[in-house]
Amino acid sequence: MANELYDVTIYVNDRPVSGRVRAEKTLLDFLRENHFTEVKKGCDNGDCGACTVIMDGAATLSCCTAVLQADGRRVYTVKSLGTWEKLHPLQEAFVKHEAVQCGFCTPGFLMTAKALLDVNPHPTREEIREAISGNLCRCTGYVKIVDAIEDAAAAIEAAAIAAVTEAAAHSTARPAANARIREE
Amino acid sequence: MEKKQFDIIGTRADGCDEKEKVLGNIVYAEDFSMPNTLTCRVFRSTRPSARIVKLDISRAAALPGVACVLTHEDVPYNESAKNVVGQTTEVGLLEAKQRILAVDRVRYYGEPIAVVAAETPELARDALELIEIEYEDLPGVYDPVEAMKPDAPKIHGDNNVIANWQLRKGDTEKGFAEADVIVEKEYRTPRQEHAHIEPESGLAWVDEMGVVNIRYCTQVIEHYRDVAAVLGLPESRVRVIGTIIGGGFGGKEDLTVEVFLALCAWRTKQPVKMAFSREEMGYGRQKRHPYILRYKTGATRDGMLTAMEAELISDSGAYVMLSPWVLLYSTVHSTGPYVIPNVKVDAYSVLTNNIMTSAFRGFGAMQVAFAYESQMDALAGELRMDPLEFRKKNFFKRGDETANYQAVPSDVMISEAADQALAALGSKSQPSGPGKKVGRGLACAWQSYGRMTYLHDTAGAWVGLEMDGSAVVRCGIPDLGGGQRESIRAIAAELLGIPLNEVHVLSTDSQLTPLAGTVTATRALYMSGNAVRLAAGNVRHIILNRAAEMLRADAEELDIRERIVFSHEDPGKKIDLVKVIRRCAAEGKPLQSLDTYKAAFTDEITSNVIKDPVFNDWTFGAQAVEVEVDEETGQVTVLKHASAHDVGRAINIKRTEGQMEGGAAQGLGFGLMEDYLEVEGTPITWNLTEYLVPTSKDIPDSRSIILESHSGVGPFGAKGIGEPAITAAAPAVAAAIRDAVGIEVPRIPATPERIFWELQEKKRKG
Repeated sequence: MANELYDVTIYVNDRPVSGRVRAEKTLLDFLRENHFTEVKKGCDNGDCGACTVIMDGAATLSCCTAVLQADGRRVYTVKSLGTWEKLHPLQEAFVKHEAVQCGFCTPGFLMTAKALLDVNPHPTREEIREAISGNLCRCTGYVKIVDAIEDAAAAIEAAAIAAVTEAAAHSTARPAANARIREE
Repeated sequence: MEKKQFDIIGTRADGCDEKEKVLGNIVYAEDFSMPNTLTCRVFRSTRPSARIVKLDISRAAALPGVACVLTHEDVPYNESAKNVVGQTTEVGLLEAKQRILAVDRVRYYGEPIAVVAAETPELARDALELIEIEYEDLPGVYDPVEAMKPDAPKIHGDNNVIANWQLRKGDTEKGFAEADVIVEKEYRTPRQEHAHIEPESGLAWVDEMGVVNIRYCTQVIEHYRDVAAVLGLPESRVRVIGTIIGGGFGGKEDLTVEVFLALCAWRTKQPVKMAFSREEMGYGRQKRHPYILRYKTGATRDGMLTAMEAELISDSGAYVMLSPWVLLYSTVHSTGPYVIPNVKVDAYSVLTNNIMTSAFRGFGAMQVAFAYESQMDALAGELRMDPLEFRKKNFFKRGDETANYQAVPSDVMISEAADQALAALGSKSQPSGPGKKVGRGLACAWQSYGRMTYLHDTAGAWVGLEMDGSAVVRCGIPDLGGGQRESIRAIAAELLGIPLNEVHVLSTDSQLTPLAGTVTATRALYMSGNAVRLAAGNVRHIILNRAAEMLRADAEELDIRERIVFSHEDPGKKIDLVKVIRRCAAEGKPLQSLDTYKAAFTDEITSNVIKDPVFNDWTFGAQAVEVEVDEETGQVTVLKHASAHDVGRAINIKRTEGQMEGGAAQGLGFGLMEDYLEVEGTPITWNLTEYLVPTSKDIPDSRSIILESHSGVGPFGAKGIGEPAITAAAPAVAAAIRDAVGIEVPRIPATPERIFWELQEKKRKG
C-alpha cells in the first residue's frame, strides 16, 4: 500500500505538472522536486508558513497537503504574481517598505497576503496581523510586512480606480463611480 | 578629495536583491542541485550521556542505493575547530575540542554518530533506521550549579568549569559601605533557539582539480579551513561558496553541514546535499546559553552607584564551542553602561550534558542586560527616584573608564536614546477591560561591535572600475539578510560617484573574493565596510588625480557625483568620469585596488582578570515598551514598543530600521515566550509547535529612532546595530510588567504561568 504509486496532474501557475507519487508525498516535496523551489521548506510541520501556496483561492500550507489532495486542482506559487518588468503591487510594496530581509519567508508571506487581499481588499492592520499570523518571520519583526500589505491594498485599489476612470474617459456610457463598488 | 556630501549613504535606497527575493528567484542553499546528487543525513544520539557499546552499520551500508555510511573511523582527523577560524593568536584556554563523529561516548542528546549518503532522501532516511546501536547510560549532569560541585560527573577531563573571567575594580566592600541602599537578587534567563526560517543546508562536490567545493549557507565562509583540517587536505583544496542566507543570528556561525557534506563528497566523489530537518535544528545544534545571574548593587541617597558584585553562571552544554568567549562578553558588559567605581564580577562557563550553547545575536551581552537593568530599576524603586533620572546620573560619558579599565572611545548618546524611546510611546493606553493593567518599562544597554581586539581582526576588499563607469566589488562577506552586500555597494557607489545599481558586489567565494572574515560580532559593516571604503578610496584617488591634470585643477577640490568629476571651487571645471577612466586605461593606470582594513589590535589576554581593552567600541541604545497584563491569566500583551540607538551613521535608513525592529522582536520573544526546554538532557520542545517564537500578533507596531553621532569606528563614523538591537527588549518588558502589576520578574521568559503564580503569591502576601 505504502509503495503504491498514483498518477497526479496539478495545474501549477496554470501549467499542468504530472507525476507518479507515493500516497504520503506532500505537495511541498512534489513542487520542489518539480523545480518550484520558490516554495520554501522551513519546518515541514505546518508551523512556519514558508511553504504557503494558493490552492483553489485559499492560502494553503503545502507541507501539510498530500499531493493526492491537490490532484487536478490549481496551485499558485509566488512566481504567478509578477514579473521582473512588472511586479505585482504586493511585491512592489514589499521592496519599497523593506519587508524583505533574508527573503526566505517572503514567498509564503506574499501568497498569504494575496489570498487575504483577494477576499478582503481593505483589511485593517489587525486583520492583516491576523491573516499572516501563521507565517513566521525571524528578521523583520513584522512591522514593515504589515506596512507593505496595507500599502499594496491601497495601490491595488488606486490602480482599479484609475483603470475604470480611464475606461470611463473613453466611453460616455459608464460612470467612474463603479470603481467604488468593491470598497463597500 | 574627501567626500563632502552624500548622495546614497543615509537614504532609503532599495537593496540589491529584494526584487529577486519577492519574485522567488533566489537560489538558496537547499534549492541548488547537480546531476546525480546524493542526499546525506546524520545519525544522532538519543541519549544525553552514554557509552556506545555497539555500533553496527552493516545493514544500512548494504541497502541498495546507499552510497556510504561513515563513522568516526572514516574521518581522517576527527576533531572540530581548535580555536576560531581567522584568529592569529593561540588562545589555549579556549580550545573547543569536539569530535566530528562520536567515538565511544555521547555527551548530549543529538550528538552526531554517523552520516549516510544515499540516492534519494527516502533511502537516506531508511538507512538511518537500519543503523544498529546499543548504549550504556552514564551518569549525567544537567544543572550547571550541580556540575560545578567537585563530585559531579565530568563531561570532559577533570573539571566542568571551562572558563572563569573576572572583573576587579576598586574595593566593593568599601563601595557597599558607602551605599545608602543595596539591592540583591538572582535572575535567570532561558535557552533561546535561533529559529532562522532557513534550515542549515548545502551541497558539496569534488571538482576536476580535486578541490572540495561546498555551496552552503554559513556566516563564516572561512570554515573551509576546518573542513581541510578534518579531511587532511591543504586549505587551498577546499572552497566555500556562500549562498544568500535565510537568516542566521549566530546559528550559522559554528560548524553546521559543511564537514558532513565534505566527508561524503570526498568519499563518494559524487555531489551530495543535505538540509537539517526542523527537529534536527532543535536537538542537533547549539542555542543561547541559559544564565544564572546573582547581582548585588549599591547606590547613595542621591542616586550615585557605588558598587556592584555579580556572579554569572553559564550553562555551556556538552562541548566548549564559543562558550568562553560568550562569557567574556558577559563579563565585560556585566556592569551595564554605567560608571561604577567598585566592581567585582566572577563568571563561570560550566559544561553539562545539555544541548550545546554558543553564539546567538547579543553574544553574552544580552543575559547580563536583563540582570543589570533589573537592578537599576530595583535601586530606583528603593530610592523612590524616576528610573530614567536615576540612570542618567550614572551613564557612561565618552572617555569614562569601564570596569575592564578601558576608556569609552566614542560618544554615548544613551540619555537621548532613552528620552526619545520613552517619548515615542505617546500617551498611555487604557486597559482593554476589567482585571487588566497597563504598565511601561524602559531599559538601556550597551553592546560591543567588532571582534575582541586580541583576535587581530582584518577584512579585505577589491574594487575595480569598468570602462563604462560601472564597478565591481569583491569582498568575502556573507549576506545574512541584514543588508551586508547592500552596505558595501552603497559605500563603493558613494565614493566612486556612480549609481547604486551600477555596482555589482561579489560577496562569498572563499577563493574568488578577498577574505573579509565572518558575519558575526556586528562586524560586517564595520570591517568589510571599512575595507571597501579603503579600496574604493584608492580607485577614487587614481581618478581624481588624473582628472586634476585634465582639468588643470587641484585634486583636493575635486569630487565625483553622478558620473561627473567636478570642482567644488570652480563649477566650470568638470569632466565625464568615463573620459577619465578611458584616459587612465590608455596610460596603463590601474583602475582597481585590493586593500585590507585592520582593526586596532591588543595583546593576547593572559589573565582571568580582565584588565585591558577588549573591544574597539560600543553601540548604546534604549528600548521602551508598554504592556497589558491580564491579572486573571497572567498573559502579557505588548501594546507599544520603541527603540532608539546611536548607530553612528546609518548607511541605509530602511535597513537600519529593519535591524532595530527585527532585533526587538527577537528580544521580546526572549523576554516573553522563548525557552528551549529539556528534561534531564532530553528535549521536549521539538519544533516550532512547541518552541514558540513571536508571530505578527505578538509584536506591536514599533517605532525605530535612529540617532547619529558620527563617532563610531565604522565607515564614515558608523557603529554596528545588528546585535545591539536585541539587548534591551527583555529587561524593558520585565520593567513594564513590574509597573503594571507590582510583581518582580526575576526569571524570563515571563510566560503566563510564571506571571500567574507571581500574582497569586502577591495576593497571598496581601
